[in-house]
Amino acid sequence: MIELDAEAVYRSLAARLREEVVGRDVRLVGVHTGGVWLAQRLRQDLHVPYEVGILDISFYRDDFSRSGLNPGVKPSSIAFDVEGADIVLVDDVLNTGRTVRAAMNELFDYGRPARIDLAVLIDRGGRELPVAPTVVGRVIEVPPEVSVVLTRDDDGRLHLTLERRREA
Amino acid sequence: MKPEFGRNPQLNRNGELHHLLSIEGLPRAIIERILATADGFINIAEREVKNVPLLRGRSVFNLFFENSTRTRTTFEIAARRLSADVFNLDIQRSSTAKGESLLDTINNLTAMQADMFVVRHATGGAPHLIARHVAPHVHVINAGDGRHAHPTQGLLDMYTIRHYKRDFANLTVAIVGDILHSRVARSDLHALAALGVPELRAVAPLTLLPDGLASMGVRVCTRLDDGIRDADVIIMLRLQNERMRGALLPSAQEYFRNYGLTPERLQLAKPDAIVMHPGPMNRGVEIDSRVADGTQSVILPQVTFGIAVRMSVLSIAASSQRMQ
Repeated sequence: MIELDAEAVYRSLAARLREEVVGRDVRLVGVHTGGVWLAQRLRQDLHVPYEVGILDISFYRDDFSRSGLNPGVKPSSIAFDVEGADIVLVDDVLNTGRTVRAAMNELFDYGRPARIDLAVLIDRGGRELPVAPTVVGRVIEVPPEVSVVLTRDDDGRLHLTLERRREA
Repeated sequence: MKPEFGRNPQLNRNGELHHLLSIEGLPRAIIERILATADGFINIAEREVKNVPLLRGRSVFNLFFENSTRTRTTFEIAARRLSADVFNLDIQRSSTAKGESLLDTINNLTAMQADMFVVRHATGGAPHLIARHVAPHVHVINAGDGRHAHPTQGLLDMYTIRHYKRDFANLTVAIVGDILHSRVARSDLHALAALGVPELRAVAPLTLLPDGLASMGVRVCTRLDDGIRDADVIIMLRLQNERMRGALLPSAQEYFRNYGLTPERLQLAKPDAIVMHPGPMNRGVEIDSRVADGTQSVILPQVTFGIAVRMSVLSIAASSQRMQ
């Protein structure tokens, strides 16, 4: 098990996103769960005045008929008007791109955003869809059987660990 | 396929919900998962697009052998909000009227590539019979069978109670009315017991009370005042008109005098008690309009929650498909 310095990776993500959104009136939307933690941190650090939108993409997954419904579905909630909004979608780990596709499908059911950017803490490659992030904390290469897991401790500190995937 | 005795017909081999036939025998964890998943469906109706793509391409057949506009409509809305294709069959006027057997009807519909049947039937046990008969990938949801069960109503009642009371652990719940003939009461009592409600009361004249309540831990009250005193939740049941014609009850007026919920009587319950009713209501028979439309009534929220709960049931049952 390797541990990455999640706080350092987060700082570089925040710095890059700050540059990217300068002069823009952006709203942050986090993908449950890690993306929401990151979006909440970014909201504070970048002084975004709007509440963070939360997406649980369980109802939009493309593998429902194979894997079934995620047992821990949480409600999505977006308090601002998505129609015409400038949105930064935030997730912890970008891999196949399927989560991002599902999240964008869900966002469009709230309205038609003017623009969507994608900010991810880790881009681990392995894309199966034509999805590219706008800003990345760090790009890493890991074999497919390893999963990259973001956790948050009680003090709010982020941790990134590499774990061998448990076979189902 | 040989029937497997001892195995819960509602669950697949992994213990997951495959059919919803009754709340009796449903593990508490599954009830709680249905309620928690429904939370995720509540806000969907407020969005610009009110559908999610979960059941896209699946065919849901509503088979209502007995009339019920409201239940059928809420199931239809639930299935459509999940992007399923919904087919409503007016069974009374079609094949069964021509003498086709229940299972022949099911065989024909299965040949039309049905993935899910939502069944309402006047005979208790009909959905069980269908569930035993269908192909392994097909799901059966009981939308009310005879006097036996109405599990989605029971679940939406639990969702409503959880929404207003948060926790089941310290509640007193009174169910008032024709408990003997009520599948809603039966499903509610099983669900409330499974969720650990400490005080359950059945309130009705003796002629409308079934046997065996005491063995379920239910306290029987024949006087309304005793039954609703200090209650947190009062569930009023519809008094079916046909009961009045038999020997069970003298008249609607007398029933209202003894068991009708009026604002004065409601004061016996806790000040923050909620009043529920599965509908359709008989105003002035089991419930006073001032209570039905009053601040403690949650009768219309029950209908709204019912859609989210049915979406939850349909999607959880559908998700067990490949694990049979």
